Amino acid sequence: MKILEVKNLNVEINGIHILNDINFEVERGEILAIIGPNGAGKTILLKSLLGLIDYQGEIKWNKIYGEKIKIGYVPQRMDIETDIPLSVEEFLNLSGDSSKQKIKEAIKAVQLDEKILKSGFGEISIGQRQRILVAWAILGNPQVLLFDEPTADIDIAGQESIYKMLHKLHRDLNLSIILISHDLNVVFRYAHKAICLNRKKICEGSPKEILNTENLLELYGGEKAFYHHDHHH
Amino acid sequence: MEFQQIITAIFVSAAASLLGSFAILKRMALVGDALSHVALPGIALALIFHFNPFLGAIAFLAVAVFGIWLVEYQSKLSIETIVGVFFAASLALGAIITPDHELLEAMLGNITTISRQESIVSIILSIFLIAVILKIRKKLALNMVSQELSQSIGIENKQLELVYLLIFALAVALGIRFVGALLMGSLVIIPAASAKNIAKNLNSFMSLSVIFGVLAAILGIYFSQIYNLSPGPVFILISAGIFIVSMIMRKFVK
Repeated sequence: MKILEVKNLNVEINGIHILNDINFEVERGEILAIIGPNGAGKTILLKSLLGLIDYQGEIKWNKIYGEKIKIGYVPQRMDIETDIPLSVEEFLNLSGDSSKQKIKEAIKAVQLDEKILKSGFGEISIGQRQRILVAWAILGNPQVLLFDEPTADIDIAGQESIYKMLHKLHRDLNLSIILISHDLNVVFRYAHKAICLNRKKICEGSPKEILNTENLLELYGGEKAFYHHDHHH
Repeated sequence: MEFQQIITAIFVSAAASLLGSFAILKRMALVGDALSHVALPGIALALIFHFNPFLGAIAFLAVAVFGIWLVEYQSKLSIETIVGVFFAASLALGAIITPDHELLEAMLGNITTISRQESIVSIILSIFLIAVILKIRKKLALNMVSQELSQSIGIENKQLELVYLLIFALAVALGIRFVGALLMGSLVIIPAASAKNIAKNLNSFMSLSVIFGVLAAILGIYFSQIYNLSPGPVFILISAGIFIVSMIMRKFVK
């Protein structure tokens, strides 16, 4: 069952074409990784999926059992002051009226201790904050989670455990996950499908099929370097 | 008479300092301060043409708020730049057209001359303001923590920000009678800034901000009566005193 169909997606910001004719689909329960260099339009793609920015083309979220699909979003990073007077518990309550019990369950699902609820949202570590953002997202009972480089600012051990947690959430809650990642290891290990993006879709398929030298060179600009080399020889 | 002033000051200050807790979170201290200056030409016109200064202030503020709101979404100029230039100009304009003998009162406020009717209107509007803020506090807080997150759960950020600016304008218009156009920004900001020094969560932040605002209002009126001073500046000085104490306490609390 397809939960998302994207057809001829184009995004232009201030006269610059960020995304050109993007087409892809996501199945229920699938983990889709979006990879690409900086400035490739990965975050813009996620934001258009969320309806946060204007786009041309079609983005169709299909209903599940006749109900509108719920999407949880975990942004790349948040700039908040370390002394913001907002506790973790209050933050988790901002999205609506979640019961204390539900909040505790969400905290457990992201493998944190309940004690963190009383901490300040600005004083917890970045890794913890990322998990709290995940908890925030799953409090809305989503069927899909969108992650924008969930581990950008976290050390390697922390990254590993975040991906393990995501994998577990995916299994336990039967979630579809669309994630942006720089880490090809992660993509290999956890994603069912990957899309290589650099302003346009360069490749799509299972990570084993498509993550080969040729595609990666094209994606990360290797070929361009060769081209210049040839040109000047 | 004195009792009426104190009650009015308490309500106005409570509303302003509750609003201030969000102004601090949004880092909108400057906008708030500048916004209060816009009221001055409105007050001046009201004084010249003999209508209620509150109406003059609110009319100018409403125009300014829509101006800010439009600029924020339509132009690429930094909002602080626009606000800085345009609003300083309106303070200057206000200072020139306000009749000389009224200027001091318009700039620094004077709650001692407030009529019973004005008091009642101020109190009712303050209660309305507090109710609106409490109603939208979660949305406001989320909008201030992350616009993306708030948008992703379907909050209309643009509308929310317009509502926020409008209640801000109302708070400014209410406070002008008390502390004047020059010091109004401080009525909103200082209690919240003090509360932020020691509060650990949103609830205590908002409560402390209101407590500090009300405390400064009561003490401000009390001391101004005893020493026969203008209540607005006394209020601000006491507020600043509370801020200093909160800075010292911060070391022990945080």
